[in-house]
This record gives sequence, C-alpha cells and structure tokens, in this order.
Amino acid sequence: MLKIDHISKTFNPGTVNEKKAVQDLSLTLDSGDFATIVGSNGAGKSTLFAAIAGSFIPDSGSIILEGEDITFTPEYKRSKSIGRLFQDPLRGTAPNMTIEENLALAYLRASTHQRAFFSRVTRKEKDKFRQQLALLDMGLEDRMSQPVGLLSGGQRQALTLLMATMVTPKILLLDEHTAALDPGTAQKVLDLTRKIVAEHHITCLMVTHNMHQALEMGNRTLMMDRGKIVLDLKGPERDGLTVDDLLQKFAQGAGREMNNDRILLSK
Amino acid sequence: MSFFTLSMLQTALEQGCILSLVTLALYISFTTLNLCDLATDGTFTLGCAVSAQMALTFLGHPFLALLAAMAIGCLSGFINATLQTKLKVESILAGIIVNTGLYTINLWVMGLGTSGGFSSNVNMNKAITIFDLAKDVLQPMLGSWYKLAVLAVFALGAALLIKLFMGTRLGLSIRATGDNADMVRASSINPGFTITAGLCLANALTGLAGALQSQYQKSCDINIGTGMVTIALASLIIGQTLVGRRGGVGRRIAGVLLGSCLYRIIIAVALRLNMNANCLKLVSAIIVAIAIASPTVRSAIALQRQKAAARAAKKGEETHA
Repeated sequence: MLKIDHISKTFNPGTVNEKKAVQDLSLTLDSGDFATIVGSNGAGKSTLFAAIAGSFIPDSGSIILEGEDITFTPEYKRSKSIGRLFQDPLRGTAPNMTIEENLALAYLRASTHQRAFFSRVTRKEKDKFRQQLALLDMGLEDRMSQPVGLLSGGQRQALTLLMATMVTPKILLLDEHTAALDPGTAQKVLDLTRKIVAEHHITCLMVTHNMHQALEMGNRTLMMDRGKIVLDLKGPERDGLTVDDLLQKFAQGAGREMNNDRILLSK
Repeated sequence: MSFFTLSMLQTALEQGCILSLVTLALYISFTTLNLCDLATDGTFTLGCAVSAQMALTFLGHPFLALLAAMAIGCLSGFINATLQTKLKVESILAGIIVNTGLYTINLWVMGLGTSGGFSSNVNMNKAITIFDLAKDVLQPMLGSWYKLAVLAVFALGAALLIKLFMGTRLGLSIRATGDNADMVRASSINPGFTITAGLCLANALTGLAGALQSQYQKSCDINIGTGMVTIALASLIIGQTLVGRRGGVGRRIAGVLLGSCLYRIIIAVALRLNMNANCLKLVSAIIVAIAIASPTVRSAIALQRQKAAARAAKKGEETHA
C-alpha cells in the first residue's frame, strides 16, 4: 500500500542550523491500516507527512504508493490520491466560495481527469453532496449556498474531512486535525473521522498529541523521535496498553523521557 | 430639450456594454485571482489596433477581427502570467512591464501598412464593421437601437459564459487559487496553471472590448485605453456596492454589468452638467478612491461617535456624583 523506504531529509545542510528532520526512516502501511503517530516536538512527524504529500523531495530513499513510485512526483499531481487535513481548520476550504462549490471542486479534482477542464457537477451529484453533508449532522445540508467563511472552525474541519474523502483517497494524512478545536467539537470530528475511515476502508496516518487518542483510534501506533520511528505497536501488543505503558515504552525505545508538554498535559 | 435624453441613455448603455467586458476581465483577475492586472490599458489598445487593422486590411472581415483581437489579448495575458508564475515577477510589476512593452507594439500594429512603420492612430472610415453588418438586418426592427442590441449580445453572452465557466472544474480551481492558496497547494491544482488560464481569459475579454470599441467609433488611437483599468475598477466597485460583497457568482457578474452601465450613465450626467471632458479621468479616479475608502472611513466615523458617546456618558456620571 504505502511503502516508505529509507528516506532521509536534512534541512539547511552544512550550516549551524542543520536539522536532520528525518533519518533513514522506513515504514510500510498495509491497505486499510489506520496508524496513529505520537512523538516529541521536532520528532519529524510533520516532515514525514510533507514527504509523503510531496511538499519537498527527500534527499534519499523512495516512497511508493499502491505500487507507484511517487518519490519525484510534483505535489499537485500526487495530491489527487492523497487526502490531507491540517491543524488549522481554515487551511482546507476556500472561504469566499459556497459549501457546494467547495465540495464540487473537491469532487471534480479527484474524480475527473486532470485535463477535464470544463467538467461540471450534475444535479444528481449535488443531491449526493447534500446527503453526505447530512451525515455530518451539523445542519450544513441546508446551508449549501452559503460561503464557507461563515462556518465555525469545527464545521470547516468536518467539511474538509468530507472533501478529502468524498472520492476515497489512497491515503489520508491527518496532521493534528482536531488540536485547534474545542473539546466537544474535537470529539465530534474524531468520531466522524473514525466513521468515515472505517466505512471506506481508508488507509490513514494520524498525528496526535493526545496519548489516549493514539491508543484508541486505529489499529496501529507509531512513536517518533529525532527523525526515526522508535516504536511500532499493533495487534495484541497494543491492546490493553495504558498511556503510562506507552510513555514507558517510549523511554525504552528512544533512550530518553518524552519531552512534549502537550503530550504530558493530555495524560 | 430635457436634461437627460433617451439618446444619451442609449449611448451610455452602448459604452457600458463595451466597458462591462473589461470589468468582467477585472472581475476574473482582481476579484477572483486577487491579482492586479495593470496591463489592462495596453491590452485594450492592442485589441483596438488589431481589430482596426484586421477590419481594414487583412482579410477584412469584422468578425475575424474580433477573434484575432481576443487571441492577441490572450497572448498578452499569457506573457503577463508567464512573468508572474515562471519567472516570479511580482504581479503589479509584471503588468507594468507588459503594459510598457505593449505601447510600442500598439504603435507598430497601427503603423502596419504605413510608410513610417509606426502610427499613433488608425482611421477606420473605409472599414466594414460588425455594426455595418448588423445595420442591414436589425435597423428595420430596432431603429437606432441596433448598435445597443449588438453590444448587449456580446456583454450578456460573455457574462453568461463566464458564469457557466466559474462552475466548471477549471473555473472553481481559478477561484480557489485566489481564495485560499494553502488549500490549492494541498489539492491537485497547479496554481501556476490556474493563474495563467485566468489571465489569458481576462485579457481575451479586454482584447474583445478594445476590438468592439474601435469598430464602434470607427477609429483607434494610442490613448484609447489609457485609464481603462481605473474605469473598470470603478465599475467593478460600483457593481459590488449595488449587489453586495457576499453574493454568489451570478450576483457578482450581474453587478459587473450594472456597475459598468451605471458608471457610463454617471459620466454622461457629469458631462451634461457641463463638466469639461478633460476632467473625466480625474472624476473616475476620485470615484474609485471614494468607493474603496468608504467602508474604512465609515467604520472610523462610527468609532469616533462611540468614543464621544462614552466620554459624554462618563462626564454625566461625574456630574451626578
């Protein structure tokens, strides 16, 4: 499914600011895997996502998605099959376009050919959008002709999630996508994530700073430290694990204590 | 003689229809893509010049002249976009560069066929225009309104096509490019491509407007496009005030048409009030400045009022105590 083979990335090489963001990292995700990623600040979580999404090209190594080598594929080309959500709920939607137009763009970009410039959404597809919006249970299906800028952060993030998954992506990357939301809304977006990912069997990577989430969500937990994956838990080994167990395992794997305040506070 | 005659309204609407094509171009580049296309003036003149020369000499068909002007306008937009997307020239600077270059090119196009090689005007009295063609068919039915009918077909047709286009994959992508660059980068949209497509389309419209203008007035000169970007911007903002900022694409495009016609009517009224025609550009500049600044000024005044009220209330409390 996703095969990351020994990738490395160093920022500002040869200067005092040299930062080895990802070092010789390998990771294989099976189809339908839902892996959560936790790690200290600067562990390389976001760099890993950026490498998969193509925001930069790794210094060495290769990335293979569903048998296709995408190591050097430009970002806009590979994003057709990659769904991506960021921490900032404003990043994923166009505020001056209506809910319906945002959905139409997301749908057309993923469902039609790169050169199908003049393709439009049909009435039937618009009805489908309405049904999918109703599943979010936020009343958005009655506000389809309103600009997205009028929605709350949680509503925008839920909409972004829908946009990223309405045509099932090969992989879904969630970069702390509920961290900027209030607890109630965050829970709602998490429940939606779980539901949508399960329904469409989407292969998914989710960065979180919440250790409970890391153990509750998905079927696999990865811990990163200093550009490496230091812990990869799945199956019976992961079941019944507590947050304290996880922190202890991290200390063993990384050879030091966890230093992320937000993680420790969310304990 | 009444203050504002029907024929004055007719002329204002005719010019409003031509202007609406330029305003539509700015709606694409300025409102939608969030770019300043300062090459609008030059492209308008280029459309005029190409249309004049095509109608006069080469092939001599006025419709071909319109198509040629659109194609050349599109090319000018392409060069502008390439400077911005491929060579990373700032949008305002790219527009200025293209506009400056077009000045010479326009002189050259107008000078084609003359002995000097360059000319600052073209007389089209001998040319057959689309209005001459339409006259035979439409005048028996519409009388003197036939010109307006022809221009309205272009203005409404272009408005409708742009409205439909904005709902397509490419149209939506262009709008998203100007609205949320982050989102576009994470989507499968190449912003360089959408900016190029948007500017080509906008400049094709500007070229068409220039072409219609030259056939309408049967002449073309190097200054015909001067200030066009300001005038179109004024129309865009008048239209925006009429239909509201938050409206959908259909409303905004209706605002473009209304704003352009209203602008021409305002100018016609100003001229009727014996304003010197040389003052026109200053008047348009002032209209744009007022229209853009008005929301800021309004909120500043509201704040001052609120402050004054709060001060008065505090004073009242002190005297009571």
